[in-house]
Amino acid sequence: MEALLSLAVKAIFVENMALAFFLGMCTFLAVSKKISTAIGLGISVTLVQAITVPANNLILTYLLAPGALAWAGFPDVDLTFLGLISYIGVIAAIVQILEMVLDKYFPPLYNALGIFLPLITVNCAILGGSLFMVERDYSFSEASVYGVSSGLGWALAITAMAGVREKLKYSDIPDGLQGLGITFISAGLMAMAFMSFSGVKL
Amino acid sequence: MAQTYRTMLVDPMVDNNPITLQVLGICSALAVTSSLQVAAVMAIAVTLVTGFSSMFISAIRTQIPGSIRIIVQMIIIASLVIVVDQVLKAYAYEISKTLSVFVGLIITNCIVMGRAEAFAMKNPPIASFVDGVGNGLGYGLILMMVGFIRELLGSGSLFGVTILPTVNNGGWYVPNGLLLLPPSAFFVIGLLIWGFRSWKPEQVEEREYRIQTVEAH
Repeated sequence: MEALLSLAVKAIFVENMALAFFLGMCTFLAVSKKISTAIGLGISVTLVQAITVPANNLILTYLLAPGALAWAGFPDVDLTFLGLISYIGVIAAIVQILEMVLDKYFPPLYNALGIFLPLITVNCAILGGSLFMVERDYSFSEASVYGVSSGLGWALAITAMAGVREKLKYSDIPDGLQGLGITFISAGLMAMAFMSFSGVKL
Repeated sequence: MAQTYRTMLVDPMVDNNPITLQVLGICSALAVTSSLQVAAVMAIAVTLVTGFSSMFISAIRTQIPGSIRIIVQMIIIASLVIVVDQVLKAYAYEISKTLSVFVGLIITNCIVMGRAEAFAMKNPPIASFVDGVGNGLGYGLILMMVGFIRELLGSGSLFGVTILPTVNNGGWYVPNGLLLLPPSAFFVIGLLIWGFRSWKPEQVEEREYRIQTVEAH
């Protein structure tokens, strides 16, 4: 339990997806102009991340890992090289299913998040989460915790960024730095602030 | 046609750079640039994947049904990335370890998808290939510039060869550790964008609000 909690804190603050690994930067920079849209996107990412990371963990354990196909009578088969293509397939499928489920059962939520869901398939934070899960050999419970908390960390970062940018648009910025340039610099300052979390352990 | 191929190749490097202007493929640009060698490998990998995926997607563009095109593109891109990943693991294991998940993340690199969607779906294979390579090179150019600055000032070397002997090794250069840490990538790219846009003022973004002096009553 303690280990899981510490994993969660680490994934939210210390190894923040957006600010320490630069994952999901394209959407991070493009959709952080308003706080409300940033929160919407943040929630969608957390939701998708919470489902896809454990799902991909199951696929890895029961289908792809060396010896995983023993239950089907192929104890020597190692399909890990198919990892990338299966993870992205799972992500695309889950996003599609989520979109349909939300549309049918939770229309208000769908109206709020709908436009962001297709964007999420190509958000590298999602695929990155699954790949980190593979690289670090997480168990199923660790993968579930990691999925939720890395999504939360990303949501936190994009919401904070949107807050900064809403204020920033009134400031007098040199012409060449206007827009993208100053966004990068402020993201850099935020990343430095998040670095002060490093070393925090439970 | 020769002229247009040339423009297609050169245009994405400065005038329409994927990173500084189209805001595509930022993630890996920031993460893999702490050393020049890794940046170079990443640049080559992305250029190859973008070029070939654009070519293949363009070759079958008339057969792809519109509703599932994203999945089809994804599968082509993912297969190419798997090839790159396996080649790296076989011949450059150390570098593939440093790149860790970022090779896999070429799949979701927006440059690859962006070019497939915006160019390859409408143009013949060879033109798409050139366009893909051009965009990959434009991306690689920024990657190498950032990698150059970060490795030279951060650890006093280029491609692992010492250029500025550091204090630790009895030299004179005090390395700037900040440049090896993640936040510096944001600063370096932000400043590069500033430089690019001062050089090419037509790339400057419109202001939403302009500060002006108001006449007093």
